[in-house]
Amino acid sequence: MFTLHIGPAFEALIDWLTDNFSGVFDLIRKVLMSGITGLEDILLFLPSLILIVIFALVAWKIAGRGVAAFTLLGFLLIVGMELWPQTMKTLALVMASALIALVIGIPLGIWAARNDMVEKFVRPVLDFMQTMPAFVYLIPAVLFFKLGKVPGAVATVIFSMPPAVRLTNLGIRQVPEDVVEAAKSFGSTPRQLLYKVQLPIATPTILAGVNQTIMLALSMVVISAMIGAGGLGSEVLKGITQLKIGLGFESGIAVVILAMILDRITQALGGTKSK
Amino acid sequence: MPKIEVKNIYKIFGSRPKSIFPHLEKGMSKDEILEKTGHTVGINSASFQVEEGETFVIMGLSGSGKSTLIRCLNRLIEPTAGEVLIDGENILEASHQELLRMRQKKMAMVFQRFALFPHRTIVTNVEYGLEIQGVEDQIRREKAYEVLEMVGLKGYEESMPDQLSGGMQQRVGLARALATDPDVLLMDEAFSALDPLIKKEMQDELLELQAKMHKTIIFITHDLDEALKLGDRIAVMKDGKIVQIGTPEEILTDPANAYVKEFVQDVDRTKIITAATIMRKPDAVMAPKEGPRVAVRKMEEAGISSIYVTGKDKYLKGLVRIEDAVRLAKEGKDNLEEVIIKDIPTTAPDTPMVDLLPVAATTSYPIVVVDEDNKMLGIIVRVSVISGIIGRGD
Repeated sequence: MFTLHIGPAFEALIDWLTDNFSGVFDLIRKVLMSGITGLEDILLFLPSLILIVIFALVAWKIAGRGVAAFTLLGFLLIVGMELWPQTMKTLALVMASALIALVIGIPLGIWAARNDMVEKFVRPVLDFMQTMPAFVYLIPAVLFFKLGKVPGAVATVIFSMPPAVRLTNLGIRQVPEDVVEAAKSFGSTPRQLLYKVQLPIATPTILAGVNQTIMLALSMVVISAMIGAGGLGSEVLKGITQLKIGLGFESGIAVVILAMILDRITQALGGTKSK
Repeated sequence: MPKIEVKNIYKIFGSRPKSIFPHLEKGMSKDEILEKTGHTVGINSASFQVEEGETFVIMGLSGSGKSTLIRCLNRLIEPTAGEVLIDGENILEASHQELLRMRQKKMAMVFQRFALFPHRTIVTNVEYGLEIQGVEDQIRREKAYEVLEMVGLKGYEESMPDQLSGGMQQRVGLARALATDPDVLLMDEAFSALDPLIKKEMQDELLELQAKMHKTIIFITHDLDEALKLGDRIAVMKDGKIVQIGTPEEILTDPANAYVKEFVQDVDRTKIITAATIMRKPDAVMAPKEGPRVAVRKMEEAGISSIYVTGKDKYLKGLVRIEDAVRLAKEGKDNLEEVIIKDIPTTAPDTPMVDLLPVAATTSYPIVVVDEDNKMLGIIVRVSVISGIIGRGD
């Protein structure tokens, strides 16, 4: 039999990139770092109780009374478990990563929807991004950006972007052909077709993608505690490595609460828009 | 100049459409070409002209290329070859900008499945064409209200499309198309998705609207009754080719080939075929001054028992029965006037046969076809009414 390792070639590529583009990576690192810490500072500047009330009000406005009550109680429980700062750090990292993933992913999805060649190229890349075990992203992220929040954010962006691209693409392609024809038959420019017809009709699907991206971002942010991204993930990690079952359970519950709040709010966003 | 002139349009679907022309020239069929080359011939050299204000129906079964053809007129589908002249301007040579302008101003389309914008209210659906053109809010809103009232949807302006029934949605589709005041309406199976009763109602309304608006309408349908009802002229399509173009009556009475014949055989002919089509020349006609003796002789020669009497310019006076003429001749009287029977059935040339049937059933005389000046054009005997129904001409 024969052996064929493609790992060394990939290593060589990563080495070459780190050697030649360290300046670029440094710049990205600095920008991301200031963004994430900025968000953290805002979230941790306000007293937890005031912030919880604000979150609950936002939840009420978007998702209704039930979700608001859950937000209030859930966050109070987190405060009670003394996990509030970690939770806000995780939230900051999720928000920053998901935002970047969406800013890149949605336009990419629009492009793919309007161009079959782009779609053909993007599709296998997305498959690759989604099926590659999440931990594997951590390795090059660490090599490029050292340890800490930034490589965590980069790995999270890559891991959470596919649904935004996919569902934007799908949403636009699902707009019925005759509706597109109708828009064209009145002489719409491609831009008018996109903004007045395709995007509004695709909005519920795109928002489903936004929801998925945020949920994936949360799960990845927790995992990236392994490379020192901090937040709730590191508490979970502590629970595992030091066999502190209680701490592991509490931080796990905190992740679940945060996940459910984010999920319900973003889902409601899609629901109201589609009406 | 015709409003729309289509010259030798081809549409071939496949990777190398132009390579198919030699096969078409050799006369290969659509199926052979598909099998040999994997290309689909959508339209094979279609040509027709549509006059301003005319309703031109393109009829064919599904897969005949009619929906492709109508989309070539506004280039939703790009033809492989040919010319489409609208007001003498070849739309296939138009730049992107010119094309958009023509779609905005000159023509509008109505779709089979309505194709309303589901996220917009009825009134903003109708406004869409004007919005695209950058027309001011106030003006386009007024126009939208106006056309919605015209199609009978006053009061539904702020509803959403999915709150309306199919028939109402298609009224919105029609209103949306009319809002931009286009010269040309392209209607792609516009009523095919509607229930039979609603469909009939919409057809009647379109005819009514058209009587006021005088748009140039291209109407696609697979329904022969609809084609006959709406069309000033009809083009019958098969396998991407136009096999016959003619008025509804021409299509019915003189089908160009077996395909058209088969298509039209089940139609309710009594609604389409008019008195003018089945009338024939009377066997004998005479002037009143010719007198009873001539009347008797003419009837004997023709082997008939009554004769029509016409005045100057074939003006119909009535009919004389042979027994009255004989009696008059025996009595030695010369003036026919006193025995002319004036109460005989008459009809206008454009009366459909369906309206002649009750008359033919109750009278013992032939029905006389007269124009508006009571000039005699011909007669319809009972036997031609019956042969007209079963579709066997003389």
